[in-house]
Amino acid sequence: MLFRYLFILLVLLPIKSLALIEVDITRGNLSPLPVAVSPLAIDKNSKDNFKKILKKENLGSEISLIVENNLKQSGLFNPLNKDAFLQAPDIANLKPRFEDWNLIKAQALVTGKVTFVDEKLRVEFRLWDVLAGKEMMALAFTTVPENWRRVGHIITDKVYERLTGEKGYFDTRIIYIAEEGPKTNRIKKLAIMDQDGFNNKFLTLGNELVLTPRFSPTNQMVTYLSYFRNLPRVYLLDIETGMQEVVGDFPGMTFAPRFSPDGKKIIMSFAKDGNSDIYTMDLENRIVERISNHPSIDTSPSYSPDGKYITFNSDRSGYQQIYIMSNNGKNVKRISFGNGLYGTPVWSPRGDLIAFTKLHKGKFYIGVMRTDGTGERLLTENFYQEAPSWSPNGRVLIFYRETKTNAKGEGFSAKLWSIDLTGYNEKMVETETDASDPSWSSLLGN
Amino acid sequence: MDRNVFISFGLHTLLVIITAMSLPFLAKKPINLPPIVSVELIQISDKTNIPFAPKAKKIIEKVKEKEKKLVSEQAPPKKIKKLKPDAVPLPDEKIEKIKKIKDEKQNPEKVETEIKQISEFEKKELFDTNNIAALIDKSKVEIAETNKKQDKVTQNQDKKMDFGGLTLSEEDALKAQIFGCWSIPLGLPFNEDLLVRIKLQLKPDGSIIRTEIIDHARMNRPGQAFYKVLAESALRAIKLCQPLRVPTTGYERWKDMQLNFDAREMLEG
Repeated sequence: MLFRYLFILLVLLPIKSLALIEVDITRGNLSPLPVAVSPLAIDKNSKDNFKKILKKENLGSEISLIVENNLKQSGLFNPLNKDAFLQAPDIANLKPRFEDWNLIKAQALVTGKVTFVDEKLRVEFRLWDVLAGKEMMALAFTTVPENWRRVGHIITDKVYERLTGEKGYFDTRIIYIAEEGPKTNRIKKLAIMDQDGFNNKFLTLGNELVLTPRFSPTNQMVTYLSYFRNLPRVYLLDIETGMQEVVGDFPGMTFAPRFSPDGKKIIMSFAKDGNSDIYTMDLENRIVERISNHPSIDTSPSYSPDGKYITFNSDRSGYQQIYIMSNNGKNVKRISFGNGLYGTPVWSPRGDLIAFTKLHKGKFYIGVMRTDGTGERLLTENFYQEAPSWSPNGRVLIFYRETKTNAKGEGFSAKLWSIDLTGYNEKMVETETDASDPSWSSLLGN
Repeated sequence: MDRNVFISFGLHTLLVIITAMSLPFLAKKPINLPPIVSVELIQISDKTNIPFAPKAKKIIEKVKEKEKKLVSEQAPPKKIKKLKPDAVPLPDEKIEKIKKIKDEKQNPEKVETEIKQISEFEKKELFDTNNIAALIDKSKVEIAETNKKQDKVTQNQDKKMDFGGLTLSEEDALKAQIFGCWSIPLGLPFNEDLLVRIKLQLKPDGSIIRTEIIDHARMNRPGQAFYKVLAESALRAIKLCQPLRVPTTGYERWKDMQLNFDAREMLEG
């Protein structure tokens, strides 16, 4: 009996003292993560070989610079100044002295090695968690030396994905309209470049007016609109071979052809019998199918990532607003209800948001809203800007912005800009000429 | 038989006493503390040095004048009678005494008793100069109130120490420190469960002996790659922050602790 009492006592007594202290941490800082990108180590033989082939003094440093710039441009990372690095690249790649990197407040470290093997470029890289003192990732790539910039972008994508939890967007390209000359007599060419502005190429000569280029899901093809003898034509262009193909001549005003997510169709709007509606064209059999049928003007269609829905803008309510419908044209539903005019809706690759251009009280805005029209957020405001296009991870938007001309008609320019989904990190994207109508490719490795 | 009854009685009494002392539901009711409001504590003297604003100065002067009036108007003549009711003062003495009483009445500090005699309605219209000062320097009142509250809490802190748990100020200090160290990965899907619970074992100086992610298995589940990124960021925050700002006393109560990192609020907002 006595033991039973004692047992009960022993069980009951420590009830309170066992309670573990819990502290809820619901806030943190959103400042860029300090990252050290050590120059990639390179041996003398490889250095000499790459110097001969690529005319680059130190390819290891060049590749690390690409990674550093990409991370910085993302706005989510703060690459630390290389002058502060205490450890040599070759030793750091083998086993970093974490105390040294901790000292300069680095939380992550990128190291690596570049070698010349069988006429090819081999790049190894490692990502280290400085505070935990452990390796987070190690990968190696082998490619032709000319692809060295892409290797830098791929490394950045891997680092970005490992540290943020979402896919990167650095190994991508942007197709856009390069513009030159005075505003009244612009020469417009189709151009393509890496997302960081390098490797710029013109794909057309500028003899004809070109508009609204869009990538296919595989990035191999581009569809765009061109005016030939003042008649709108929809073209397909193979980027690798340079082969062009006319998909069709369409009557009246034709707008913004865009691929379906499976790449088998093109969706666009054109005017038939004076009424603009949305149509698709099957690229195999060239059959054109009418999707929307309304006396109002329906334009700018864009598929959802799963291909089941289409968003577009229409003035059927009296003012230009954004709508969504099923891919067969049924179940049309208006989703924008704010003040002003809404246009150029583009479905996010993540499927959760729709980006748009809004005109309100003489100002142009780039914004996003959920697919049911709730949660509208205006990210940036300016005199004139439009045509947002999503980065493949749905984190960044690229669009173009025009400046006001003065009384003499001077000072006009059109430039590409990018902005983070949060509304931060607004940046001009460097291009050789003036630029408009950008379209972001998906990841090239996919 | 009697001996057994005696032992049983003794043990039962002991059991009741110990249970009463240790069971949680018999302990004092926990204090229902208001939600935490972050207040920047500044050193402040007993009296504010901030000069009164011109408007406030006018109000104070008005009030003082009003008080004077009240004193002169409402001063009961009784006291004069009470001074020496039976004695007949000499004329000079009388004048002097009346003068003295009048002087006393002019002193607002001594009028307190008289003011208390006025009606509640009139009272509302009166300003307390201290209140005006407090209005001008509101932080003074807030600090004073916080101090008062803290005094009360401190008494309970001792009790808390016995039973475990951090005081509000201790918890605030720790939170504020970790907020600064935690770089939230921005790519996380905010519609997912973004809670990472980490158990810590601490040294008396706040440095970390051991960390353990409670739901460790989730890191390797398919479709939960973001959880690994989140958990690593939380671990980095703890390591970056160490030594943690822990109380200087009561090591036993906080040597084991659990931090719940929740990124939803930040990413949704």
